Amino acid sequence: MAMQAEDIERLIKESIPDAQVTIQDLRGDGDHYAALVVSSAFKDKTRIQQHQMVYEALRGRMGGELHALALQTAVPEDA
Amino acid sequence: MNEPLIERIEADIKNNDVVLYMKGSPMFPQCGFSAAVVEVLDHFGVQFKGIDVLQDPAIRQGIKEYSNWPTIPQLYVKGEFIGGCDIVREMAATGELATLFKEKGIKTHAA
Repeated sequence: MAMQAEDIERLIKESIPDAQVTIQDLRGDGDHYAALVVSSAFKDKTRIQQHQMVYEALRGRMGGELHALALQTAVPEDA
Repeated sequence: MNEPLIERIEADIKNNDVVLYMKGSPMFPQCGFSAAVVEVLDHFGVQFKGIDVLQDPAIRQGIKEYSNWPTIPQLYVKGEFIGGCDIVREMAATGELATLFKEKGIKTHAA
């Protein structure tokens, strides 16, 4: 089972409204993505906590129907 | 998640300085993400215990609940969850991982 890039972006933005999400379909197969998520909500959070926030936004899909999402998180420079 | 399972996980991550929950063994990883973390640890020359979750469905599910982290691999240093493949690679690239090993007293090639 695969997920569309737009669905990943939508789910992330539902939970983290100010997130800037950049998604790359690494193999063009709808199954291996890389995502960069930038949000002020990540401020003062550890990297593990930032990734957990994104995983929570994906509501259980990560590790299931979404096999591979290479994740990078960051705080905007002006936050 | 039952008590004996938590106790097993805690015993493993407390009795071994560096533990990698992974798919396959350190010699024969069965997944590219697990292989990538093994490669990082080998690069540092760090001794670690690999735990193959494919051999044990209870641990495979249990470790995800233990850390609230949905994927394998998972790296633990001195009992603390450090991250999965993305975080470990990022920390290796920025030098944070070298600092962490040093601070935690983990022997590497460099030390």
